[in-house]
Amino acid sequence: MPIKFPFSRRAAPSDAWTKCPSCDAQVFSRQLERTQRVCPSCGHHFRMSVGERIDLLLDPSSFEERDSGLEAVDRLGFHDDRPYLDRLEAARIKTGLRDAVVWGVGRIDGQRVAIAIFDFRFMGGSMGAVVGEKLARCFETALAERIPAIVVSASGGARMQEGTLSLMQLAKTTAPLVRLDEAGIPFIAVLTDPTTGGVLASFASLGDVVLAEPKALIGFAGARVASDTVGEELPEGFQTAEFLLAHGFVDAIVPRGELRAALSRLVRLLPVAAIGRDDGADDEDRTWGPIGALSGFAERLGGAVSETIGIDTDAAADTNGDRPARPVTTRPDGEDQP
Amino acid sequence: MSDAPVIETAAASHEAVEAAWRRVQLARHPQRPRTLDLVPLIFAGFFELHGDRAFGDDAAIVGGPALLDGHPVMVIGHQKGTDTESNILRNFGSPHPEGFRKAQRLMRLADKLGLPVITFLDTAGAFPGPAAEERGQAEAIAASIKLMTGLEVPIVVIVLGEGGSGGALAIGVGDAVLALENSVYSVISPEGCASILWRSRDEARTAAAAMRMTADDQVDLGVVDAIVAEPGEGAHTDHPATARALKAAILSALRRIASGDTAELLATRYARMRGWGAYLETGAGPSLPPEAPSLRRRLGRILRLPGAPRRPRWSDIWPSDDQDDESERGA
Repeated sequence: MPIKFPFSRRAAPSDAWTKCPSCDAQVFSRQLERTQRVCPSCGHHFRMSVGERIDLLLDPSSFEERDSGLEAVDRLGFHDDRPYLDRLEAARIKTGLRDAVVWGVGRIDGQRVAIAIFDFRFMGGSMGAVVGEKLARCFETALAERIPAIVVSASGGARMQEGTLSLMQLAKTTAPLVRLDEAGIPFIAVLTDPTTGGVLASFASLGDVVLAEPKALIGFAGARVASDTVGEELPEGFQTAEFLLAHGFVDAIVPRGELRAALSRLVRLLPVAAIGRDDGADDEDRTWGPIGALSGFAERLGGAVSETIGIDTDAAADTNGDRPARPVTTRPDGEDQP
Repeated sequence: MSDAPVIETAAASHEAVEAAWRRVQLARHPQRPRTLDLVPLIFAGFFELHGDRAFGDDAAIVGGPALLDGHPVMVIGHQKGTDTESNILRNFGSPHPEGFRKAQRLMRLADKLGLPVITFLDTAGAFPGPAAEERGQAEAIAASIKLMTGLEVPIVVIVLGEGGSGGALAIGVGDAVLALENSVYSVISPEGCASILWRSRDEARTAAAAMRMTADDQVDLGVVDAIVAEPGEGAHTDHPATARALKAAILSALRRIASGDTAELLATRYARMRGWGAYLETGAGPSLPPEAPSLRRRLGRILRLPGAPRRPRWSDIWPSDDQDDESERGA
């Protein structure tokens, strides 16, 4: 909140101070805004809204939201203690958002990126058809405009109220990543507190680079589901960013203050390929116009690739005044596993 | 369980709740045919392959090449046990990451040799324990899904019993998805859903009805293409008859999807996945707070920069709030 006035309808004491859940310190809320919602005494990273993320990561005024009009519908007629549509309406009023993800095109240090950002306050950032559709469109736009894709996740997983259709969003959001691989377009996943369930079990685990914020809760099974299913308590500090780093599922833990710089560097270090990857097998599903001579050359190399040939390709590409086509034999449906 | 909360839910009558729960129980029936019961009845010469080549072998997922009407195919499926001993061996059909990585290995082999992939889903879900988390359960599922979305061979998926969440979908992305009549498919187990939304596992049958997890519902939602009828009282009464029905259904599905070329196959599969889920396209502008700017904000803008209201930052439009109080209105 930018400004509090004494005659504000909202009682000032309720949110003037925020208690840090990590060190119990009372933090002045306006100070928290200045420190990018990081606790000044212990460095605890509070959750951020979509708006704060955009201000944190993107160049000022560079963000253009896309597909803002998508709205969820209640396909199942789902009703627990209140109807799904009521829950949606309550979440809309609370957050001012139409669903748990906002996506658009913006710039990081002048570099255009397609970026999707979760807001955990909207029904726990859960992924239903709207979230899945927005993410798929984000990836497809990255593909069409040949710009890097970035997703900042904060989600409890699939949205139960949409049944198996929300489960199918795992496939819907993952399928475009195969096309990004074929087209040579990088995808960076930023995992923030919390990223669990179906979101982690789909695109969020599949970044070419996976970054995480310090101490973020990241795991497959929610603690309650896990302890119910297994009948044992999960150990303390188990599903954290640090744990995933130690086990090889996260590339780096980046404190919030350095996140923008890290993304900027990565986008520079991992540029969109000059032309798509050439798998040498099916040219017919290449949708962009390849540079004729170059792709022909890469194709001939498709069968046997060695370090020497790789250098040759670079040399040939340089004479064309273009960035080199990478001679790659990996199949287009391949994994991103290190 | 009292009837009161059941009647209270507008979406499901008492009868619907009981009908849905009966299906869940049939899908979990201890005598229901498992993958390894059906494979010898449907295919010939099944040769089981083991191990993920990285960590170990997971008995909760089985697979290997086999002949379907004389044509080689790759068969992969969840495997539950039939008694306590075999269920412990099979971990009750709940795979660890190495199970999914074994499946990925077999799918890559099928892709390399051009063998159609036939998968059988029968799991309560991927195992959620500490060891699974350590070895990257989420990554294993995600990588499996990604591999299947781009696999250049036809994939036929059969939901045998329980299609439980990500653990099922990890080997469940296909060009044709068939379901046995009394199978169920859900985003989370009814017990899990009940414990989160109803805060009590005893509401599992209510949750089962609310999630619309029966095979008929899945056809209605477009997740499943066709239902394979079960003999008599259910598949557990007659395994050979179930196998005969499944074989005919698999063959006709394969004939249908294997007619086009690879590019067409992949394009159709992609379109199928992109079509899942309903939403409204309202064409509204950028997400804005539902209420007009408050007097406080308008005054604040004027006071900060008299005469020239400053451009609102995105965080003014979508602020965070620290108190998750439902009664509080945002903006």
